[in-house]
Amino acid sequence: MELTIRQAAIVKKLCWTLALSVVAVPFLFPFLWMISSAFKNANEIFGQPNLIPDVWRWRNFVEVFEYQPFARQYFNSIYIAVLVTGLTLILSSLAGYALARMRFAGAGLLMLFLLSALMVPEEVTIVPNFFLMKWLGAMDTHIPLVLLPVFGPHGVMATFLMRQYFVSLPKELEEAGKMDGLSRLGIWWKIALPMSRPALAAVAIITFLFSWNLFLEPLVFLSSIENFTLPLALSNFTDPYGSPLWHLQLAATSLAVVPILIVYLIAQRQIIESFAMSGVKG
Amino acid sequence: MTGHIRTGTTATRAPWLTLRRREMFEGWLFVSPTVIGFLIFFLGPLIAVIIYSLSEWNLLSQQMTYIGTANYRDALIQNPDFWHVIRNSVIFAAGLVPLNMTLALALALALCRPGRGVVFFRTAFFAPVVTSAVAWAIVWKFLLQGEAGAVNQMLAVIGIDGPNWLREPDWAMAAVIVTRVLKMVGLNMILYIAALQSIPRDYEDAARLEGAGNWQIFRMVTWPLLAPSTLIIMVITTIGSFKVFDHIYLMTGGGPENGTLVLAFYIYEQAFEFFNVGYASALAMIMFAIVLVLALVQIMLRQKGSA
Repeated sequence: MELTIRQAAIVKKLCWTLALSVVAVPFLFPFLWMISSAFKNANEIFGQPNLIPDVWRWRNFVEVFEYQPFARQYFNSIYIAVLVTGLTLILSSLAGYALARMRFAGAGLLMLFLLSALMVPEEVTIVPNFFLMKWLGAMDTHIPLVLLPVFGPHGVMATFLMRQYFVSLPKELEEAGKMDGLSRLGIWWKIALPMSRPALAAVAIITFLFSWNLFLEPLVFLSSIENFTLPLALSNFTDPYGSPLWHLQLAATSLAVVPILIVYLIAQRQIIESFAMSGVKG
Repeated sequence: MTGHIRTGTTATRAPWLTLRRREMFEGWLFVSPTVIGFLIFFLGPLIAVIIYSLSEWNLLSQQMTYIGTANYRDALIQNPDFWHVIRNSVIFAAGLVPLNMTLALALALALCRPGRGVVFFRTAFFAPVVTSAVAWAIVWKFLLQGEAGAVNQMLAVIGIDGPNWLREPDWAMAAVIVTRVLKMVGLNMILYIAALQSIPRDYEDAARLEGAGNWQIFRMVTWPLLAPSTLIIMVITTIGSFKVFDHIYLMTGGGPENGTLVLAFYIYEQAFEFFNVGYASALAMIMFAIVLVLALVQIMLRQKGSA
């Protein structure tokens, strides 16, 4: 039986969809397995692999909070990420605006200096920063987790993203604002910032996730369990011998990951675009 | 910008404050928080790490002694661990970069045009990027356990006896590479999609009129036009692969038999577990040098490409 062109197109389309679905398995399966295992008891987790638990064990989610101060740790992650995002938005847009619009001696050199920071991994400066924080008495506090992302390579990346965006904006409105007697700060706040919502949103999204997912810095700077942030807390669900307590660990991981995934599913377009912006320009 | 027009208050109060001076003052005021933070938390530590790397630091007596390049000699010549670690890092990068980029490009080509299901697949492939590396590593560690792991149980169904992935050095390296690619490939896919969408459709249409097939169009039109993006993506990915830490820390802890001990992990271990501050700082400088060379190669290639 010969296929018509239309049928052939449908078959081709089906083959593509099938192929992509197969490739998507290792991307999606871990999420499904994580959530399903979060409801299993310690025995079933190592039994026959099935996606739907035999017995739904909701107690895992209670025990997560009993095992360590998980609510506190969750709150730590949220407030640090909000703080880092707010500070980064203000400082990067201020500096980015100056670099885009204002002519001041040393601006070129400053750009070069900042640009070079993008090439230096955090691992390179973490040792001196450790001693700096120790000297400042900021060990086992959240101060380094706020200051280092804001002023480190990530903050510089945000500054450049903002600068690039300001450069692309038309100058006329700002000139008009100047005529109306607005100060520089006023122009930045009342004219430039409202026009840069896409860039600000991009910086906010990437920065929030950057802080939320930070691991090396909490590992190095934090020692008390109630100060932990989520990534550190998640790695901490172990029995006294250091073996993972999988049912608790996966329940906790689900609690940490699912809210982010829900936000991602709602705003996937915006979020993906934000990463594209930072990747291309940063 | 003539310098004659002055704004009301400043003109009367401070005649020396010309527009030019004012702009300069304001410019530095705007960048000052960023610059001060940059000096304290970045440039200062960068200089400090150079000094540390030339010193021996006794943590008990809190004394720093200048020992010249001994830490570097220790790494490059005396300590066999160092070259083992570099070897691991190179293997990691050599496995990750081609796999990541090939998959990213293939997915981008499949998903660069709007169509039914495209959004779903893009969302799916990008989902691990927004997930924390810690969560991703924990779940994959769970899936890749010896006999009880879901991956091996599924392989058993089709008659394959899977290895104990994270307990055998070679398999462990392969496992961390592949799971890292799954975590990060979505980002490169998005960058490639952006690059593909910036290629005018006319080129492809013209080639098709000339009778070129899909493969020929890709080979002769798309691929050459993608070259600048490919270069940038390649350097970003390579640098990223040298920085990988949390993923390996959580999945294998550098083991088994140091089979996945990569440079970033080694620095962490030397600095914060063994407190060899001087040695760790020398390692950090070597890492800096590697990243710098990679970045410079990128800039040089880009200039050569545009010339």
